[in-house]
Amino acid sequence: MKILVCISQVPDTTTKIAFSDNNTHFSTQGVTFIINPYDEWYALVRALELKESGATTDVHLVTVGKADAEPVIRKALALGGDEAIRIDTDSSDPYVVAAQIAEYAKTGNYDLVLCGKESIDYNNGSVGALLAGFLDMNFIGFATSLQIEAGTATVKREIEGGEETDTCSLPLVVSCQKGMAEARIPNMRGIMAARTKPLKVVAPADIQALTSIVSYELPPAKTGVKMISPENMDELVELLHTEAKVI
Amino acid sequence: MSIIVLAEHTQGVFKKKTFEAVQYAAAIAEKLGTTVTAVAVGSVADSEMQTLGQAGAAKVLHAADARLDNLNARAYAKVLVTAAQKEAAKVIVALHDVTGKAVAPRVSAALKAGLVAGAVSYPDTANGFVIKKTVFSGKAFAYVNITSDIKVVTLMPNTFQVKKGTGTAAVEKLDVAFEDKDFGIQVKEVNKVTGAVPLSEAELVVSGGRGMKGPENWYVLEDLAKELGAALACSRPVADAHWRPHHEHVGQTGGTIRPNLYIAVGISGAIQHLAGVNGSKTIVVINKDPEAPFFKAADYGVLGDAMEVVPRLTAAVKKFKEAHS
Ligand SMILES: Cc1cc2nc3c(=O)[nH]c(=O)nc-3n(C[C@H](O)[C@H](O)[C@H](O)COP(=O)(O)OP(=O)(O)OC[C@H]3O[C@@H](n4cnc5c(N)ncnc54)[C@H](O)[C@@H]3O)c2cc1C
Ligand SMILES: Nc1ncnc2c1ncn2[C@@H]1O[C@H](COP(=O)(O)O)[C@@H](O)[C@H]1O
Repeated sequence: MKILVCISQVPDTTTKIAFSDNNTHFSTQGVTFIINPYDEWYALVRALELKESGATTDVHLVTVGKADAEPVIRKALALGGDEAIRIDTDSSDPYVVAAQIAEYAKTGNYDLVLCGKESIDYNNGSVGALLAGFLDMNFIGFATSLQIEAGTATVKREIEGGEETDTCSLPLVVSCQKGMAEARIPNMRGIMAARTKPLKVVAPADIQALTSIVSYELPPAKTGVKMISPENMDELVELLHTEAKVI
Repeated sequence: MSIIVLAEHTQGVFKKKTFEAVQYAAAIAEKLGTTVTAVAVGSVADSEMQTLGQAGAAKVLHAADARLDNLNARAYAKVLVTAAQKEAAKVIVALHDVTGKAVAPRVSAALKAGLVAGAVSYPDTANGFVIKKTVFSGKAFAYVNITSDIKVVTLMPNTFQVKKGTGTAAVEKLDVAFEDKDFGIQVKEVNKVTGAVPLSEAELVVSGGRGMKGPENWYVLEDLAKELGAALACSRPVADAHWRPHHEHVGQTGGTIRPNLYIAVGISGAIQHLAGVNGSKTIVVINKDPEAPFFKAADYGVLGDAMEVVPRLTAAVKKFKEAHS
C-alpha cells in the first residue's frame, strides 16, 4: 500500500500575527514555523501506525513550499515515513496547492491520501476535497478514525450534529482531525534517520492561481473588559440583554 | 446566468444557516443583477421548498435521489456542477461547515473556479470580487480577490442575521447523470446527538476549563446551559482528561465556534483556546485570577469562584426569564 501525507508548514500556534508592506504581506520575521498540528498529530501519525501494523506500506510526505519549508518537512520525516517530496512553489490559493499535489500524486499510484482538516494559517479546510476532485477519488472529511482492511477503508467522521461510520474502497482521500491518533514526539533515532532519508524537490506544474490576497487586517481590539461584581449577576444578565443584546 | 446555493437540510427540514446562505446568495445576485437558484439534494417535501423562496431564492432545483440523503462529496459536487452548468452560474455558494467544506472545493476543482473558504463579508465588486475571510485561526482577516470567471464561496455560518421575506420559488426537478462510482461511500452507522443544541450551531455557549476542578462540578455549567438554552463546550485539557467528550473541545485543535455569547468559566484563555472562540460576538469570562489572559479578550468579566458565581448567574437568568415571559 502507498500512502501520501500532505504536510503544511504554519506559524507556531503562539505567534503574534503582524503584517508588513501596508498590510499586504504576513511578516515572517521572528516567526517559528511548525508542522500544521492536524497534519502532524493526526494524518502523519495515523499513516505511521498503519505502516507499523504489518502490511507493507510506503509512507510519502508531500509539501508545497519553497526551500524554507525544508526544516519542517525534515521534522516530519523524523517522526517517520520513507521519503519526502517538496513541490517547489508557494501559494495562498488552495486550488493551486491541491492542483500541484494532484499533479505529483498522479504519478505515484497512491492508495490513500491523508491531510489535515485545516491548515491553521489560511484556515481553508479545502485542500483535501480539492485534491480528491483533481484525482477523481472519493473524499471523507473530518475523520476521527481510520482502519484499512483488504483494500477497504472504514472511517468514522464528523457529520452535522453527530458522527457517522462509512466504508469505502481505496483509493481514497481523508482529512484527519482529533481522535485519529495520539500525538508523538520524535526521538533521537528518528531525527538521525531523517537526515539521510530522501527529500525530492519537484518543479511545480504550470498552474494559474484563481485567487489572490489583496490585503490583511487585524481584528479590532476589544474595547476593554467591563468587570461585574460577583455579587451582582442580575446586572450581568441585564447588560447581556440591553447592551450586548445576546439574550 | 444565476447564482447557485446549496440548500442543506436535516431530514428534510432546512436549517437556519441554510436561510443565511440563501439570503447571502440573494444579496450577491442583486449586486450582479441576477437571481438565486437554490439546490436541494435528497428527500425534501415540495411544501418545504417555499421556505427557500422566503429567504430569497427565485428557483429551487431539486435532485431528489434518495441516495443523496447521506453526505457524499462526489455526488453532491456533481449535483452542484450540473445545476451550475444548467443555469450558467457564475457564483456558487455553500456553507463553511462539514458539508460545504467537503463539497465546495470539489466544485471549484471541477469548474476551475476560484474558491474563498469561510467568507465573513459580501463580495466587494467595485474592483474585482473581493471577500473577507478569517485567517490565522481568527487572529486576522484576509481580503481575497477571486480572479476566475466562475467563483465558489463558502459562508461562515452565523455571520449575518436571517430576515425572512415573502418571496416564492419555482420548484423544478434536477436530473443528474450519476454513475455507480458516485456512490462509492457506504454508510454503516449514524450517531446523531439528539436533543441537545449542536455546538457548531449554538448561539449561546457555556464552556468550562480546568478551573472547574473535575467532572463532578460540571452540573453548575449544565444548569446554566439549560436555563439559557445554550450548548456546552470545554478547553482541551478538560477533554484530554475525559472530564467531557471530545466533540465539546474548542480551540486551535478542536472546534471553531462563533456564537453570539460565549461564557468561559475557569479557562485561562491560552492563545490556542482563543483561536477557536474569538469569533464570538460577546465573551463573558468567569475566573478567580485577575491576571487570567482571557479577561483581555472578554467583553464582561467576573472575578470569583466558579462554584459560587455560576449558580448565582443561573438564578439571575431564571429571574430574568420569569420577568420577561
Ligand atoms: C499546539 C497546541 C494546540 C492547542 N490546542 C488547544 C485547543 O484547541 N483548545 C484549548 O483549550 N487548548 C489548546 N491548547 C492548550 C492551551 O495552550 C492551554 O493549555 C489550555 O487551553 C488551558 O486550558 P484551561 O484554561 O482549561 O486550563 P488552565 O490553563 O489550567 O486554566 C485554568 C483557569 O481556571 C482558573 N480557575 C481555577 N480555579 C478556579 C475557580 N474555582 N473558579 C474560577 N476560575 C478558576 C484559573 O485561574 C485559570 O485561569 C493547545 C496547546 C498547544 C501547544
Ligand atoms: N502547502 C501545502 N503543502 C502540503 N499540504 C498542504 C499545504 N497546504 C495545505 N495542505 C494540506 O491540506 C490540509 C488542509 O489545508 P487548508 O485547505 O489550507 O486548510 C492541511 O491540513 C494539509 O494537510
